[in-house]
Amino acid sequence: MAGPKYPGFDTLALHAGQSPDATFGARAVPIYATTSYVFRDSEHAASLFNMERAGHVYSRISNPTVAVLEERVAALEGGVGAIATASGQAALHLAVATLLDAGQHVVASNSLYGGSHNLLGYTLRRFGIETTFVSPRDPQNFARAIRPSTRLVFGETLGNPGLDVLDIPQVARIAHDAGVPLLVDSTFTTPWLMKPFELGADLLYHSATKFLGGHGIAIGGVLVDAGRFDWEKSGKFPQLTAPYEGFHGMDFEEESGTRAFLLRARREGLRDFGACMAPMTAFQILQGIETLHLRMPRHVENTRKVVQFLAAHPAVVSVGYPELASHPDHALAKKLLPRGAGAVFSFDMKGGRAAGRAFIESLRVFSHLANVGDAKSLVIHPASTTHYRMSDEDLKKAGIGAGTVRLSIGLEEADDLIEDLGRALKAAQKAAP
Amino acid sequence: MNFVVEGRAAFAYTAARAIDPARPSVVFVHGAGLDHSSFGLQSRYFGYHGRNALALDLPGHGRSEGPPLETVQAIADWVAKLMDAAGVSRASLVGHSLGALATLECAARHPDRVERIALLGVAFPMRVSESFLEAARRNEQDAYDMDTIWAHAPRVPLGANPNPGMWMYGESLARLARLAPGVLYKSLKACNDYAAGLESAAKVRCPALLVVGQRDMMTPPQASEALARAILASRVLRIAASGHSLMAEAPDAVLDALIEFLG
Repeated sequence: MAGPKYPGFDTLALHAGQSPDATFGARAVPIYATTSYVFRDSEHAASLFNMERAGHVYSRISNPTVAVLEERVAALEGGVGAIATASGQAALHLAVATLLDAGQHVVASNSLYGGSHNLLGYTLRRFGIETTFVSPRDPQNFARAIRPSTRLVFGETLGNPGLDVLDIPQVARIAHDAGVPLLVDSTFTTPWLMKPFELGADLLYHSATKFLGGHGIAIGGVLVDAGRFDWEKSGKFPQLTAPYEGFHGMDFEEESGTRAFLLRARREGLRDFGACMAPMTAFQILQGIETLHLRMPRHVENTRKVVQFLAAHPAVVSVGYPELASHPDHALAKKLLPRGAGAVFSFDMKGGRAAGRAFIESLRVFSHLANVGDAKSLVIHPASTTHYRMSDEDLKKAGIGAGTVRLSIGLEEADDLIEDLGRALKAAQKAAP
Repeated sequence: MNFVVEGRAAFAYTAARAIDPARPSVVFVHGAGLDHSSFGLQSRYFGYHGRNALALDLPGHGRSEGPPLETVQAIADWVAKLMDAAGVSRASLVGHSLGALATLECAARHPDRVERIALLGVAFPMRVSESFLEAARRNEQDAYDMDTIWAHAPRVPLGANPNPGMWMYGESLARLARLAPGVLYKSLKACNDYAAGLESAAKVRCPALLVVGQRDMMTPPQASEALARAILASRVLRIAASGHSLMAEAPDAVLDALIEFLG
């Protein structure tokens, strides 16, 4: 552009959403540990409740520290705004509950985090919201599953556990042709690796617990709206385009146009479901975001070295990382993820469950736990932990082998990680039957 | 609320209230590429406080049918016709940017219909740079980027939005993305071509308030001074920290100024 320029990603990661504290000039984001805010007078109170003035009333609805995080993530993603939630799961629930009523339907990728699968496949079904799961490898699978009652298409930017790369441009087109938005879980990619709104997604969320925070000390989620989906034109979302008795007869789209979704999600979803983020959590996640642009390249660089090592190791059967030519989504990853395919992946070793258990127990640098996206490297062996009760046959259906190990590569010296993995692989092969 | 003006569908946000001819009315007129929601907080206040609030969508913008009007004079006359359609004989007018020029012109052309005028983010002449106009004429993304960046104070992308959790640049870009091709260009050209500002200002007999942002890059505060001098009963309020998007950047200061001015 010949004219003015936008601030860059790195600058936004440090500054967006925060003006230095007006009272004391604090440069760091203050933690507003308060439930509520003193009104100047009765008129001021009424005008805040009636949305005639901007501001905070009660921290379940909004809080100044949390608002910094929301605006910062919205800026990094290129959205109109965001809502921070108690967890990534709460963000997914908030999106679905804002848009869908009982009797309506979601088409979702079957390559999802287990918690998301539970929420959509079992829990929301109890409340009358049904989900059809499809393989994301062929975008037409989404088209084939759409029904008249479908109101949302959903997938992960990088699926679980096989790192299926969601073809966002194609899936978005399919969703839009059906008059419904595309929601993506961007947790594994972060805005540093991929900007889903630029590819056509309408809504996205993060489990901020993972790479956004990066430190493994706080649970949180952030739901972001691109503001591009035309709810009025779609005609399928009276939740946003018709007067709502539950909020002063408000027609959210008429009131606020591009902000309609977030307005209802905040004024109904946070108010009634109450899964808000605590200000301390927002502060902690902000500390992580300030270095996101420094951490993500190192995560990717380390991951590439580890992947290369494992792919050449004789005890390893296969490595599932989209940057490898052997991965089914290799070409798509090159197109949609030019900066890298993230830092979480799985590999299969020879020797089955016994080898997997021995491998895990021999590691010294990797931490054995149920999380990803930490600055520290993490490992889990699904067949002996999260999927322990499943038969080998059922594991196979879930895309998990008896010797599958999931790694989340951290920021340590890559050589130390490789040495740790090499030693553990040797131990695993000794334990193999 | 939906109306018909000159045979085309027209929309005005009324804070979900019916128009009561017995009440005083405030009409809000938005700027180029914007819509009624740019006055969300302020129009809601007046709608909830005993006024008929009508925040318009100009033709081709928001929910009003196009095509966009090509001159400030045509917009001014259209505003008067929408008031006819709404059954509003007299009103105070609040205009922003292009809407401020239309408000000024409406007060000059239809003095019996206008009680007071508030001109927000106003300047005369309201020149638009050649590169901006050309990019808008070509419907290029550059035009939307220039509009977004220049319409906000430089601190906006690196500071807090008064509206919790919202990203002002994102809102601007999302709104502009919904415009039909040519709408931004014709609206900017109407600003640029408007030459009758001082002449019309001299005809205005009702009280006028000019509200300008000290950090406005599109209509810098000094560019409103000649206009203020030309209006018989005017005063100027400068808002220190705001750019051109006054209603979003300084919503409380704008609302307080309007409450004081409109009574």
